[in-house]
Amino acid sequence: MITAQRSISGPSQSPRSPSSQPYLSVSVTDPVKLGNGVQAYISYRVITKTNFLEYQGPEKIVIRRYSDFVWLRDRLFEKYKGIFIPPLPEKSAVEKFRFSAEFIEMRRQALDVFVNRIASHHELQQSEDLRTFLQADEETMERLRFHETGIFKKKPADLMQIFKDVQSKVSDVVLGKEKPVDESNPEYEKLKHYIFELENHLAEAQKHAYRLVKRHRELGQSLADFGKAAKLLGASEGNALGKAFTELGVKSETLSIRLQKEAQQLLMNFEEPLKDYVRAVQSIKATIAERANAFRQQCELAETIKLKEINLDKLMLTRSDRVGEAEHEYNELKAEGEEATRRFETIVRRMNEEIVHFQEQKTTDMGVAFHEFAKGQARLANSIADAWRSLLPKLESCSPA
Amino acid sequence: MMGSENRGSDEAHLHAPKEEMEDLVLYGQLNGNTSYSNYRSAMSSLSDTTHPLSSSPSSSQIVSSAASATTTATTPADADPLFAPSPYLDLRNPSSAPDNSTYLDTPPYTDVAFSPFDAATAAEINGIESPGKSSDNTSSYSLSRSPSSSSEYLKITVSNPQKEQEGANSIVPGANTYVTYLIKTRTNIPDFGGSEFGVRRRFRDVVTLSDRLAESYRGFFIPPRPDKSVVESQVMQKQEFVEQRRVALEKYLRRLASHPVLKRSDELKVFLQVQGKLPLALTTDMASRMLDGAVKLPKQLFGESGAVLAPHEVVQPAKGGRDLLRLFKELKQSVANDWGASRPLVGEEDKEFLEKKVKMNELEQQLSNASQQAESLVKAQQDMGETLGELGLAFIKLTKFENEEALFSSQRVRAADMKSVATAAVKASRFYRELNAQTVKHLDTFHEYLGLMLAVNGAFSDRSSALLTVQTLLSELGSLQSRAEKLEVQSNKIFGGDKSRIRKLEELNETIRVTQDAKNVAIREYERIKENNRSELERLDNERHADFLNMLKGFVHNQVGYAEKIANVWSNVAEETSPYAKESP
Repeated sequence: MITAQRSISGPSQSPRSPSSQPYLSVSVTDPVKLGNGVQAYISYRVITKTNFLEYQGPEKIVIRRYSDFVWLRDRLFEKYKGIFIPPLPEKSAVEKFRFSAEFIEMRRQALDVFVNRIASHHELQQSEDLRTFLQADEETMERLRFHETGIFKKKPADLMQIFKDVQSKVSDVVLGKEKPVDESNPEYEKLKHYIFELENHLAEAQKHAYRLVKRHRELGQSLADFGKAAKLLGASEGNALGKAFTELGVKSETLSIRLQKEAQQLLMNFEEPLKDYVRAVQSIKATIAERANAFRQQCELAETIKLKEINLDKLMLTRSDRVGEAEHEYNELKAEGEEATRRFETIVRRMNEEIVHFQEQKTTDMGVAFHEFAKGQARLANSIADAWRSLLPKLESCSPA
Repeated sequence: MMGSENRGSDEAHLHAPKEEMEDLVLYGQLNGNTSYSNYRSAMSSLSDTTHPLSSSPSSSQIVSSAASATTTATTPADADPLFAPSPYLDLRNPSSAPDNSTYLDTPPYTDVAFSPFDAATAAEINGIESPGKSSDNTSSYSLSRSPSSSSEYLKITVSNPQKEQEGANSIVPGANTYVTYLIKTRTNIPDFGGSEFGVRRRFRDVVTLSDRLAESYRGFFIPPRPDKSVVESQVMQKQEFVEQRRVALEKYLRRLASHPVLKRSDELKVFLQVQGKLPLALTTDMASRMLDGAVKLPKQLFGESGAVLAPHEVVQPAKGGRDLLRLFKELKQSVANDWGASRPLVGEEDKEFLEKKVKMNELEQQLSNASQQAESLVKAQQDMGETLGELGLAFIKLTKFENEEALFSSQRVRAADMKSVATAAVKASRFYRELNAQTVKHLDTFHEYLGLMLAVNGAFSDRSSALLTVQTLLSELGSLQSRAEKLEVQSNKIFGGDKSRIRKLEELNETIRVTQDAKNVAIREYERIKENNRSELERLDNERHADFLNMLKGFVHNQVGYAEKIANVWSNVAEETSPYAKESP
């Protein structure tokens, strides 16, 4: 029944040494909290192991922080239009202050997944920016981070806002509020509609998944309280019945701890993948916006070229001395037009490839998430059953007074 | 909420071996879409049984928690897709399944090796558990009140509330209307002279019954009657209030019916059987009592006949209004007791009793605590079930969506995976709700016994007021006797005797004799109450031990059974998705 396959990554470059397969593997490890108060941040060790020729060596370790990852994503987004850039975990301004161990671990995992998705993408792994990210020393990285021009100067929170603007812009375009830039491509329209709907469905599922985590915590808490009450009752009853109550209370408290643990597992292995899915869909929406932009540019240029052509013909007829100039402009514009067309077509080509891979990847990702979810729930239910079951002999042996 | 009328008539079918809560709870389960209201009614009946001593603040707390359970219930219930618009999940009525039904397997009930109903029919009222494997055993819990030795039963149901009007003509229409309830009894106890009968009673009659029992059965642990709850009747919807009251009345009468002594009381028999107006002495209102007492007081103060406590009167505690003088005397006595001015001639000596009293207090505290935590456990389980259901539904929608829009086979694969997770989540959700319905029943024991603590306190106060009466009489006797002595000495000094003094002495001696009789009666009464206390405490200990043990067993069996089922459901999904496990790093 399962037919999904992992896409095999590999560079399509100069020949490798025949004995080793080309590989690029990255791990994000060792989160360390640095700084104080509002300035606090977390730094990660990023370890790269590779035999790619372009890299400086088989292994490299650098220190990076969240904003560096953001830099990388933005650069890739800018340069590889049409490719669904892997999403980053949100920069939550609130969580930062809590920086709980679980949050840090989840963040680290998400960043690790992010980089590895890039490293295993056949085009993205060639990126120079990726090489910079993985190898540059910390001062260079910091310089790059601060000296980005244009929108990349802004803080990540603002980028989120821009992404949201892009979102609304895209929906405006799709809903036809702006000047319609319709590609007249029914398949593409279907895809856009699918992506937008998908986000809604996924967001809802993710919402319930998050609630489920909460429910586990709440059930755990109430079991703890109940256990305490049972123990008190047992102490006051005394005799065999009292002991039974005490045992019940102890089991209850044990299960409470179990539930809290499971809640955390659920958060990491089920809710987070769903969130990741949502983010991925949002990244696709950003790509859709880019495609719309590219298409509009192409159309606008085509319009302008036409006008210029007409103008040029007119000038030629009147033997104007501005012909040369106009011809020059016209040729320039034509080159730009070809460029715009090429860019647009690249986006279209990439998107077509990406969507296939996306669907396959998501099937695998969700399959893993579902498996972990089901395993976790089964494990939890079994430990609950075991804990309560262990009480039964004691209860049966309690004879009525 | 289900119409109380419906519930009344349908209950008739569910009669024989079922316990009270089952009717409430499982009937709700028959129609899947009322299992929410079934939780509500379970919660509200939970709130009914909790009558903590500090009545007003905490009972209003409980009302509001039931109310808030109600209000939080209404919004999710409305939006709860598992109930309203998508009855395909209401698997008891497969005919109502719309197009979405294809996405679900056969009803999970068919998977269930046992059902709460079967366990219920298996377990008799005697609270004997069906033995066997834990996975099959969700013994429907019942209180052990009915003696397991005999096969007698006294089964009461309250149903069919109807509005009736008092008085033929009333200027204001709607004035003097009240609600009567149909009270049906089935019994094989010969004393009743009948096996099935029904009467109509109003709430006031229940108050009367309760008061008469309190008088006749001092020292016994008499179950407390439902509140008059004036506030609630204003705040709640009429229908809801009537339904709540009906439930409370039924519980109350059933508790009476399971008390070994009270079930045989004349008062109860009369209440259950005699048609028409209830022939028990009405509880007079305070005003006429006050009047009564005020009329008597001058006579009493001037020492005329009736000043003395008639022996039969000492059998009752001093009531406000009627016995003002007696009240004053007993108050004086109790103050004297408290301030140690004079050591009472008879004191509470029974060390064992005093220890028991302390223990009862502690028990009450722990019960209150446990009962609270039980409620929040129930809520947490309820929420878990709900959220699982919602999650399942969200994934069902996703599945449908992916299948409809699929361009790639990977999408269909994903949709299939999602469907199995969704189905499992829905099944697990249903199991949680079933588990919870049973948990409510089991943990209700805490609430029941908490309510009983009120009865215990009542019985203890019966004892202390009887003791106070004895003490009062003893000191009165003492002062009367010393007066008599003085008079005798004085009259002896006068030769031939003082006619008035002699007459006074005779009267005084007469008073002393009557007071002595009263004292003897009072002592007998006190001893009787002490014995009632003792036997009841013993009964309470035994029954409590048995009931709590049953509760624990039931609760634990239940948890095990459902946890196993839930584990099973998820194991299957884990199995189905295991190929992914190998692929992941």
